[in-house]
Amino acid sequence: MVQEKDQRGLLIMRHNEKITQEIRRRIAHNKFRDHLFWIIGLLSTLIGFVVLFTLIIDLFADGFPRLSWSFLTSYPSRFPEKAGILSAWVGTTLVMIVTAAAAVPLGIATGVYLEEYSKKNWSTHIIEINMNNLAGVPSIIYGLLALGLFVYFLKLGESILTGGLTLGLLILPMVVISTRESIKAIPNSIREASYALGATKWQTIKDHILPYSIGGILTGMIIGLSRAIGETAPIITVGALTFIAFLPSSPVTSAFPFLTFKWLFDPFTVMPIQMFNWVSRPQKEFHLNAAAAGIILLLMTLVMNGFAVYLRYKFRKRIKW
Amino acid sequence: MKRKTSSKIKERAIEGILLLSALSSIFITLSIVFILFYEALGFFKEVPVREFLTGTQWTPLFAQPKFGILPLVSGTLLVTGIAVLVALPVGLIVAVYLSEYAPHKIREIAKPILELLAAVPTVVYGYFALLFLTPILRNFIPALSGFNALSPGIIMGVMIIPYVSSVSEDSMKAVPMHIREGSYATGATKFQTAFRVIIPSAFSGIAAAFVIGISRAIGETMVVAIAAGMMPNLTLNAVEPIQTLTAYIVGVSLGDVPHGTLEYKTIFAAGITLFFMTLFLNILGFWFRRRIREVY
Repeated sequence: MVQEKDQRGLLIMRHNEKITQEIRRRIAHNKFRDHLFWIIGLLSTLIGFVVLFTLIIDLFADGFPRLSWSFLTSYPSRFPEKAGILSAWVGTTLVMIVTAAAAVPLGIATGVYLEEYSKKNWSTHIIEINMNNLAGVPSIIYGLLALGLFVYFLKLGESILTGGLTLGLLILPMVVISTRESIKAIPNSIREASYALGATKWQTIKDHILPYSIGGILTGMIIGLSRAIGETAPIITVGALTFIAFLPSSPVTSAFPFLTFKWLFDPFTVMPIQMFNWVSRPQKEFHLNAAAAGIILLLMTLVMNGFAVYLRYKFRKRIKW
Repeated sequence: MKRKTSSKIKERAIEGILLLSALSSIFITLSIVFILFYEALGFFKEVPVREFLTGTQWTPLFAQPKFGILPLVSGTLLVTGIAVLVALPVGLIVAVYLSEYAPHKIREIAKPILELLAAVPTVVYGYFALLFLTPILRNFIPALSGFNALSPGIIMGVMIIPYVSSVSEDSMKAVPMHIREGSYATGATKFQTAFRVIIPSAFSGIAAAFVIGISRAIGETMVVAIAAGMMPNLTLNAVEPIQTLTAYIVGVSLGDVPHGTLEYKTIFAAGITLFFMTLFLNILGFWFRRRIREVY
């Protein structure tokens, strides 16, 4: 700053004035950028909402007129107005049962081992790195694994069992991660109190750790299953059929022992594959069917996600350490 | 005394079972690698690696088949590039907004809704790209063909915004408050603090988030299988139909491929290429995430 001495001192005043103005200008400029970013940030966050909203509106506009009881209770057909999703939603339900049966026990056991038993050594480290890596493997690679392993090596065929196991492997990392996180949240004092009463490690886990972390585990399981419901690629790869006009054999029979597992080995289709099949046809009428199937599929995943959020909220509220 | 030993045995047995479960994840990885390598090896016995890596034509079903992977790789990279151009800037801005600007209430509402974006089945996104976005884009870009790389790329970008934003936001939230306060005390605005202090401090986490997003985009299948066409095309022109590695695997699987044929093996050759691309990114992402913990 150049300072010129003036008898009255006015010049210095003017200099300062200039600097003050400059500072004020900069502050205003910075504040403006700050506010501008506030707006840009809000708008960017809204992009996601807008897309989600448009997508739902678009699906409903196209598919809602097709939704009816007969759409839910009909098999796919060459005639778009007669086609329905019966075999698809039954297939999805059965596949999800297998997926849950495969992923949940294995995932919880892995999570419990990693949190409660494993020592901090290199083998644990490898399991952890591996788990993170598995979570990042594209779903279609799981499809290729299942094609080689389940379909051809174990000869399980292109069956419900294969489909369910494939998706089970896919969501395993999610179940493990949520199990670990909810176990981590339990304070050590709980474990110490249990040991102090003479409980063994397994008794502590069975009677304390698992019951207290069940909320988080359930949440992870439901979110994993909701992801699995929408998965298409790996199921196509293992060879689910796109056109199925029959149901798998019923799991309940009239003769003793009333339960059979024959359905595990039946061919199947699932909701997203049915939708994919309809989208890929050139006729507009089939696109409407695809939209209707999309509505049901979207509702399934949104309801499951909503339920998971509710569970998380409820359990977080109930437990106070 | 006897009871004690029997309960000890039980404890050991349970620990053993749990350990086996934990090891199953290793088994899964090993089987992925083994099966991909085994089938791809069969493929490379018939097709030289050189032709596979440098050939510019991918026509495995023609009478005179050509097995150059480059068209599929270029298709994958093109769609991923478009998705990344959408997801990285928007994801980062959303993360900065939610972490530094948004009031608590907005954040509590915005985060679950953003996560829903990642929960929507990808086949639904495919429908949306093909039958909603493409017709709209064609009004602006007349050269756009019905199947193209642009529209699924954009939709995929939106789809992976939550992956990018949530990991970035977590790492920004992890920057200690006193660092922010130090910046405010020197008179910096929130904008300046966010871009000159928080983002550099959270760099590792943001880089990890970017890598996760890119890896998701490379592995994404259904959106491209539905909306990008099924045409192997060595191009970087986004208005043309293309085929990605993932879409090729789906396309072949839709037909009835006899086990053991060369055609059957091509999907594993495409799969192993995809696996290595994502594995590289996952390791990079893991390395970045490890660094987050070391900073503070």
